[in-house]
Amino acid sequence: MEQNNKKATTHSIGIYLWIWGLLFVFSTFSYLVDWYNFQGLLRWSLIIFFMLVKAGLIMAIFMHLYWERWAIVNVLLWPMTAIMVFVAIMTAESQYTFFTRVLFFVTGG
Amino acid sequence: MSDIDISKLPKGSKGFVHDFAADQTTFKGVPWGKAMMWIFLLSDTFIFSCFLISLMTARSSTTAEWPYPSEVFGLTVFGVEVPLLLIAIMTFVLITSSGTMALAVKYGYERNRKMCAWLILATAIGGLTFVGMQAFEWSKLIFHDGIRPWGNPFGAAQFGSFFFMITGFHGTHVSIGVIFLFIFARKTFRGDFDTGRRGHFTSMKSDYKAIEILGLYWHFVDLVWVFIFAFFYLW
Repeated sequence: MEQNNKKATTHSIGIYLWIWGLLFVFSTFSYLVDWYNFQGLLRWSLIIFFMLVKAGLIMAIFMHLYWERWAIVNVLLWPMTAIMVFVAIMTAESQYTFFTRVLFFVTGG
Repeated sequence: MSDIDISKLPKGSKGFVHDFAADQTTFKGVPWGKAMMWIFLLSDTFIFSCFLISLMTARSSTTAEWPYPSEVFGLTVFGVEVPLLLIAIMTFVLITSSGTMALAVKYGYERNRKMCAWLILATAIGGLTFVGMQAFEWSKLIFHDGIRPWGNPFGAAQFGSFFFMITGFHGTHVSIGVIFLFIFARKTFRGDFDTGRRGHFTSMKSDYKAIEILGLYWHFVDLVWVFIFAFFYLW
C-alpha cells in the first residue's frame, strides 16, 4: 500500500479545461450544421468530421488513451475496423433491400 | 506487478512488441480493474455499433419518408421554432459532466479528497439533469406527438422503435452511471480511498484508481452520446 500514499504526478488542470472548451466549441459547430440547415454531402461530411474530432478528444485526453502504452491502445482501436467492415456490408445490404422493395412496389410483386 | 516502473520500458511500437512478448502481464502499468473496464467498454462499443448500424440499415432501406429529426425534436420557445434545442442542451450538460469527471480523476490522483468528492457529486448531478431532460423528451414524444415503437405521424414506422431503443439503452447507461457516481461521492467524502476501507459489496480495499475506472465509464457514456447525436439527431 506504500505506493498509494504518495501523490501521483498528474496533468495540469489547463489541458482538461482546454479540451472541455474545445468539446463545447465543436458541439456548437455540429449544432450549427443543423441550425443553418446544410444538406447533402456537406452536411454528412461536417457531421462526421465534428463527431470524430469530439470522440478523439474525449478518448485521447479525458480517457487518457494518449498517455497509455501501445499495447492497450492497439487492443482497443483495431477492433473498430471490424465495425467499419460491418458498416460497409450493411450499406450494400440495405441498398439491395431498397432496390427489391422499389422493384416489387412498382411491378406489384 | 503494478509496481513495475513503466518509464524504464521501451515505448511506442517497440513497447508494443515488448509488452505482448512479456511472460507476465501484457498491459504494463494498467491496474487489472482498468483493463477490465476497457474490455467491457469495447464490448459495449460493439453493442451500440450494432444499434446504430441497424438504424442505418433500416433508414436507407425503407421506401417511406424518414421523419426529419430537426423538426421532430424541435421546441417552440416564446413562439419561435428552435430545432433540436433540448438535444443541444443535453449535449452540453453531458460534456460538462464529463469535464467535471476528468477533473475529479485528476484531484483523486493528487489525493485532494474534498475536491475530488465535490467534483464527483457535480458529475452525478449533471448526469441526473441529463436523465431528467431525457424523461421530459420521451414524455413529450409519447403523449404530445404520439410516437410509438410501431408507428408515428411523421413518416417511416421504424423511427419510433429505433428512437426508444437507442436513446433508452444510452439513458440506462447514464442512470447506472449516476447511481455509481453518488455511491462513489459518498465513499470519497468518507475517505474510503485514503483509509483503505473495504467496499460494502466487494469487501476489497480500494484507492483513487477506482475513480479513474469510474471516470472511464462516464466518459464512455459521453462518447456514445457524441455518436448518437451525430447519427440519430443530426443525420
